[in-house]
Amino acid sequence: MSTTENPTGHESTQDQAPEHFEDPGLPYHRPRRADVDPKAANKAERQVAALFGLSILGTILAIGAYFTIDMTEEIDSIRFANMMIGLGIFLAMMGIGLGAIHWAKTLMRDHEMVEERHELRSSDEGREGAIQNLKDGVEDSGLGGTSRRGLLKGSLITAVALAPLSLLVPQLGNMGADWNTSKFAHTMWRQGMRLTRDPDGTPIKAADVTIGSAFHVIPDGLNELESHMLEEKAKAVVLLIRLDPRDLKIQEGREDWSFDGIVAYSKICTHVGCPVALYEQQTHHLLCPCHQSTFDVADGAKVVFGPAKRPLPQLPIAVDDEGYIVAQSDFHEPIGPSYWSRLKDTSDGLSNDTEGGH
Amino acid sequence: MHSLARHRYHRAAPVVLVLLLLGLIAGIAAAVSTASSAEAATSADDVAEGEKLFAANCASCHGLDAEGQDGVAPSLVGVGAAAVDFQVGTGRMPMQASGPQAPAKPVQFGEEQISQLAAYVASLGAGPAIPTAEQVDPELGDAANGMELFRTNCAMCHGSVGGGGALTQGKFAPSLWETTPTHIYEAMLVGPQSMPVFNDANITPEGKRDIIAYIEAQDAGSPGGLRLGAIGPVAEGLWGWLVALGLIIASTVWIGARSS
Repeated sequence: MSTTENPTGHESTQDQAPEHFEDPGLPYHRPRRADVDPKAANKAERQVAALFGLSILGTILAIGAYFTIDMTEEIDSIRFANMMIGLGIFLAMMGIGLGAIHWAKTLMRDHEMVEERHELRSSDEGREGAIQNLKDGVEDSGLGGTSRRGLLKGSLITAVALAPLSLLVPQLGNMGADWNTSKFAHTMWRQGMRLTRDPDGTPIKAADVTIGSAFHVIPDGLNELESHMLEEKAKAVVLLIRLDPRDLKIQEGREDWSFDGIVAYSKICTHVGCPVALYEQQTHHLLCPCHQSTFDVADGAKVVFGPAKRPLPQLPIAVDDEGYIVAQSDFHEPIGPSYWSRLKDTSDGLSNDTEGGH
Repeated sequence: MHSLARHRYHRAAPVVLVLLLLGLIAGIAAAVSTASSAEAATSADDVAEGEKLFAANCASCHGLDAEGQDGVAPSLVGVGAAAVDFQVGTGRMPMQASGPQAPAKPVQFGEEQISQLAAYVASLGAGPAIPTAEQVDPELGDAANGMELFRTNCAMCHGSVGGGGALTQGKFAPSLWETTPTHIYEAMLVGPQSMPVFNDANITPEGKRDIIAYIEAQDAGSPGGLRLGAIGPVAEGLWGWLVALGLIIASTVWIGARSS
């Protein structure tokens, strides 16, 4: 504000911006109704008191609701009690807030005030004092320049350098200390392993899978795993679908991977790994709920829409002597989204897949 | 002369606008309703009557012999009475107009006519029958087991509590809250339209009843207050952004405004 002492001195020509603007000063002070009319002031006072009264009622409501509403196991009663207690707390808090602001706005002084901003820079003495304090501290510790306290200096630096290891070592250790990414490429599926229902793990007969059926499948024995059950499930889940064999386009090199129109595809999206399970039986489309990638189950689960880049990996299936559906092998390519050495993992003997071009 | 525009600087204008906005949102949220129908009992004597009804109401698409027409309507041979009771009993059939899917609408036939149609279609080839009252009684089901089955087999399309959800190209999985237990059972059995079939070998009759018990349990409401259709973060986000932010903005305007 003090820089505008010469408000009109820098009026310049019309096409140049002025160097300074005129300080418009404070607006004209307009008295409020409550300032000039005692009736209005009384009214405002009653309003504030009413708002505080509302808050008191809210408190009573909340406490009353807590003691009187009988919360049984019925969800309705729990919701009603929560609603009433919440409403009471809302009124109790809001009433105080509204009342206080209304009080300040209508009844407290409303003179405009100007508070000059002080200079940000400290005084010269203050600055010198602060620097001197730092110098004195370094001098006092004996770390600066002279090697009077060599032991302290060395041990401090060592301690500071080592301390982060206390965080980093357990963190990195918990990552598994295992950088073998080929694990990502394998699932539980083995030759002859039965396909079973999720979640109860009962085996599925080929005759059970009627046309248009969709079975959500886990590998046999998954529920009995002692450890890493969820990790294995997340990799191995499969959707088993039977199409009319006339609709099914058999993929080259996969002639014996399906059984009489029954196909099994990984449920893990090749985009970022959401479970793809929204199967539309009329269009044979399989939709991923996360980013709308759509796969055509009748045509090798190829991508027909959305951000996924690869078809869903197919699980080769067969039927065993008792009529149950079994896997012929593991998936022939890593399931799920891309990662840095996916193709390397695929090529090191895991796969004899002929699908490389997709 | 007091035109509306002159009032826009009135001190109550922000409050009025926020109230109007809140009213609009509440109106949209409330405007949801679906029709449902009573369950029909079948009788094998009605085949002849059903055939007449079929010829008059269904044959233009499904063909006089009910074998369907390519690209128009599927064959009804072997779909069973359950399919007819579901499709006609929820008003989906007869279809009003071709579109991505046939939505539920007011039922076009009486209970007796539906059972006659069902008897006729069932006579064309063996198919799933309409379930008995005991098979669909939610009282006899285990809602906890139903939840597990529902989450595995149904929740990806119908939402975790059966609120429904979107599919591709205009198709959608409908909300299940207004659907009768019999129709839910029949839908699992026959796999209408986009829905896959969940036959008794996949989900046992007891499992189906458990699922019905789980869906019926949702009628008790949600303990957390408004469900907003239970369709997930989009509805909840809209509510939070418009209602909660609207209230915050209204409070801010009021706090900052000069008292008169």
